[in-house]
Amino acid sequence: MPDRAFGIETLCLHAGQIPDPATGARAAPIYQTTSFVFDSADHAASLFNLQTFGNVYSRISNPTVAVLEERVAALENGRAALACATGQAAEATALLTLAKSGDHIVSASTLYGGTHTLLGVNLQKLGVETTFVDPDDPANFRRALRPNTKLLYAETLGNPLINIVDIEALAAIARDAGVPLVLDNTVPSPYLCRPLDWGADIVLHSATKYLGGHGTTMGGVIVEAGRFNWGNGRFPEFTTPSPGYHGVVFFETFGDFGFTMKARMETMRTFGPALSPMNAWLLLQGVETLPVRMDRHCANALAVARFLADHPRVTFVNYPGLPGSRYHALASKYLPKGASGLLNFGVRGGARAGERFIEAAQFMSHLANIGDAKTLIIHPASTTHRQMSEEEQRRAGVAPDMIRMSVGIESIDDILWDIDQALQASAKA
Amino acid sequence: MDDINTLRRILGENRVIAVVGLSADWHRPSYFAAKYMQEHGYRIVPVNPRYAGQPLLGEPCYASLRDIPTPVGIVDVFRKTEDVLPIAEDAIAIGAKVLWQQIGVKNRAAQDRALAAGLDAVMDRCVKIEHGRLFGGLNWVGVNTRVVSARRPRGLAY
Repeated sequence: MPDRAFGIETLCLHAGQIPDPATGARAAPIYQTTSFVFDSADHAASLFNLQTFGNVYSRISNPTVAVLEERVAALENGRAALACATGQAAEATALLTLAKSGDHIVSASTLYGGTHTLLGVNLQKLGVETTFVDPDDPANFRRALRPNTKLLYAETLGNPLINIVDIEALAAIARDAGVPLVLDNTVPSPYLCRPLDWGADIVLHSATKYLGGHGTTMGGVIVEAGRFNWGNGRFPEFTTPSPGYHGVVFFETFGDFGFTMKARMETMRTFGPALSPMNAWLLLQGVETLPVRMDRHCANALAVARFLADHPRVTFVNYPGLPGSRYHALASKYLPKGASGLLNFGVRGGARAGERFIEAAQFMSHLANIGDAKTLIIHPASTTHRQMSEEEQRRAGVAPDMIRMSVGIESIDDILWDIDQALQASAKA
Repeated sequence: MDDINTLRRILGENRVIAVVGLSADWHRPSYFAAKYMQEHGYRIVPVNPRYAGQPLLGEPCYASLRDIPTPVGIVDVFRKTEDVLPIAEDAIAIGAKVLWQQIGVKNRAAQDRALAAGLDAVMDRCVKIEHGRLFGGLNWVGVNTRVVSARRPRGLAY
């Protein structure tokens, strides 16, 4: 009997966890322990040599965290995953596994502000240089390639500009160059888009957002497709004995999950941004209902976008689900089930009117997060992107009067009511 | 023949694994796989002319499959794809039950020959990774095992 290819709704509930062998518990147990006993000196040696699978220390692996890792790997149709303390930790862990001092990255300029700073400032300090390019023309990535380029980077659906990248075009450029395409898939979530199926090699998540979905818990995940040939000559760290892990050759020994093992045993083990078992468990509760929440987020966001497009106090609306959006064709191709819950718009009257809109909201929450079940609003120019110069903000797509909204799953009539009354208030000086 | 039920049956029915091309070097994949299977209750029979007559993983090493004096279940092949056909013939000759070609080893003629002789045949998979995937362990390093089940495992494989 051939193995069944289970649907994503089933995988959200079952992937990565079977009833606990020790107790029969159906829900995933919380293994709140730092360490795990060895059966013998030989068992300990085998574990440290990676010759047998098992848990040693929860900074490296933990059975509750592993359920989340395998579940997200399954949702993304990937080979393996590594969970991290936050989305930023996932980015840093992935990038530090791929690039070292003297290497180069080509990244979309349209990024979450924290990622822009990680690439442009923090990794720069470590000797990894990033060229930022406008992703609307994928050829910009090709033009920025150098002999020492180690990866292409972009957000599937960029925050806060709400742009969509042409994944297949970027994957073709990455393939020709012999480097992996690394995509942050936080905003669509694997329910709306699976970048690995379109040719990406590594997907990153801030699980803090839609995967967790309730604004309770930080977390990040790195997923590997398992198709990239690390033996192509550009990545000798994968094909020669590892000085960071007593001589293991990660690609030869672990094959199609060699990247994940290298990230776990070298980068995570030594830098240490591990996810706690309790947080993994909380995120798992969110993942179980991801499909039903995402459908509602998409439906509500489309209704909000239509409402804003017709509103006299609104100067512009960006939502890829609107037929007038410049990204509508890419949304139809890559996000056929819906364009997620993020949108942005301009309030007539500029930055000051935007601030008045935010202050007038009744239940829409003014905070720096996205992907909560509750509706969230923020003014990026003065918050998430304030480390950037105005010129950098413009290149990242942040207009001075722009409001970013993460549309929640409240009653749609209530969301539209709160938006309307806040827009009316924004007009009163 | 590499669906989950078939692989579970193969790894459940057979307890003796002849490892063709086993290295004595601890960080080679063949050593990793053999040591793991030994720790999980399988008897390993090393096959490598380089170490014939010497003990490897505590077991005597033989120059070829035909030199092994006891029955063999799985013939696990860590050799180049083009070298596998005679190994398949040897596996059939000694009455082995399974021809297992490791990741990257993909000799279709050898696979077909083994199947025609009534053996089970697995190609381009690692015996250690499949054991960890289907009986527990591989899930602890975040690998997508593709196992979906509401049945409690009856024994601990690790």
